[in-house]
Amino acid sequence: MNLRHVEERCFKVLMIAATFIILGSLFAVIGVILVKGAGALSLSMITQTSKGGYYLGKEGGVLNAIVGSLYLAFGATATSLLVSLPIAFCLQREYVKARTANVVRLSLDVLWGVPSIIYGVFGFTIMLLLGLRASLLGGIVALTLLELPIMVRAIDEVLQMVPRELKEASYTLGATRYETMFKVVTRQILPGIISAIILAFGRGIGDAASILFTAGYTDHIPSSLLDPVASLPLAVFFQMGTPFPEVQERAYASALILLIIVLLLTVSSRLFSRRFAKFVIR
Amino acid sequence: MRVRKVIDGVSEKVMCSVTAAVSFLVVLIAAGLYLKARPIMEITPIKELLTSSSWHPLKGEFGFYPFLMGTFWVTFLAMIFAIPICLLCSIYISEYAPRKMRDVIKPLIDLLAGIPSVVYGVFGVLAVVPLIRDTAHRINISTTGYSVLAGGIVLAIMVFPIIISVSVEVIQSVPYEARESSLSLGATQWQTVKKVVLKKAFPGIVAAIILGFSRAFGETMAVLMVVGNVPQVPHSIFEEAYPLTALIANNYGEMLSVPLYDSALLLGALILLLIVLLFSMAARLILMRGGR
Repeated sequence: MNLRHVEERCFKVLMIAATFIILGSLFAVIGVILVKGAGALSLSMITQTSKGGYYLGKEGGVLNAIVGSLYLAFGATATSLLVSLPIAFCLQREYVKARTANVVRLSLDVLWGVPSIIYGVFGFTIMLLLGLRASLLGGIVALTLLELPIMVRAIDEVLQMVPRELKEASYTLGATRYETMFKVVTRQILPGIISAIILAFGRGIGDAASILFTAGYTDHIPSSLLDPVASLPLAVFFQMGTPFPEVQERAYASALILLIIVLLLTVSSRLFSRRFAKFVIR
Repeated sequence: MRVRKVIDGVSEKVMCSVTAAVSFLVVLIAAGLYLKARPIMEITPIKELLTSSSWHPLKGEFGFYPFLMGTFWVTFLAMIFAIPICLLCSIYISEYAPRKMRDVIKPLIDLLAGIPSVVYGVFGVLAVVPLIRDTAHRINISTTGYSVLAGGIVLAIMVFPIIISVSVEVIQSVPYEARESSLSLGATQWQTVKKVVLKKAFPGIVAAIILGFSRAFGETMAVLMVVGNVPQVPHSIFEEAYPLTALIANNYGEMLSVPLYDSALLLGALILLLIVLLFSMAARLILMRGGR
């Protein structure tokens, strides 16, 4: 066995070790949250809203934050789907030149990298300008900005895999570009759209920095778009910030709820995209 | 017939104008932040703002130096941890691991990307901070555990999936023939990886690292929860720091009555945005060139 084989061995061991560190940190994160969170999780946590003095350790749960987060994430995901689909279609050859499309893709990728706190700050500045208070609407707008690039790029990616023959067949039958895109291509990329929606939803529900200023926080479930709204990530953050151990325990439980939602989304995205694949022409 | 044509034309106009609007969003955000940050830059020269350490909003002194240093320390530490581990893991996934194993590992790593940053923050407070405190006490360093090191470790875990997914993609795009010709000359697999694959994939890997860096740079909540938030220039990795993002998150939206305070914070946001833009633009251009 000469030197280069020793080197090969050494690096292989290092590589396996590195992979173990990474998978280990995944399991450590999930494990720690699971163990600490499960102890504090109770039925009242998810069925009751925060009562007065909740943050001092009194009665209540985080239902307001769970519902608030769902409102925010649903609102933002629906809005960004509405905007993303036209943008993704517009990047196709039928509408713009490949060069222009690549410039737009670059700007979307750059947008994807913008820290979420920037969206929060920018959103809040705009809201101050318009005289709006922190509200569900503000949170939805900030989260939409955050989700938009993720969704467009995900849909764009699957659009590029649509076989050209499919579109050509539609055009040959006399369909316009609009009809081809929204009636033929959309059906073809449905699994891709579903996983893009779930991806963006997961990103939106977990983000705290962008809604820190824009969505506000409240103990109630909002009844209109202009009410402030609580959210799960911020509930975790604020509960962690209190000096009371029993409230901090609830932060772990809230983090566990958030983690479970996100993990369920990831798993369901895999299942769904398989289920809807039956509409796809191969 | 005519109606369908009109629909087609109108839909094109709508779609393209939405696209144009979103493409200029970055510019719009930067311009908005600049406009709001201008008052402070008119009073204090930008050079002084960036190099002064005195942060006393009530006296009108806004020195960003400690916060910039906080951000840089935490980010660099995270990259020092993440780069070697991620590179080794990416090479393993793309070159060595059997197909079945790869199909298990990759979704697991993608799972890391989906975990919300507050959850990482809670993990940091529960696991990383006590670990650092206890270990440091054993070697006679007194620290609360809330430190640059804690921030670095948590951030490193958060950028793992970003660096790995991009670099695995880049490494796998190296043509198979290149590997085969190296192997057929009698090189070992590691020699092939080192001298052929990594050399070809180098620009893409740099891009992956830059993307990870810019993500770590702008990360807010997780860092905020574990670095201790003491406005000082950290002198060791066991000391507390106060990154720029944490400063903005903690103070913006309140205390807007203090003159120029919001302007200063928005300047902080602008600095953050410009650095991140610069880095991610560079990374994307490298990746685009490689793709052609």
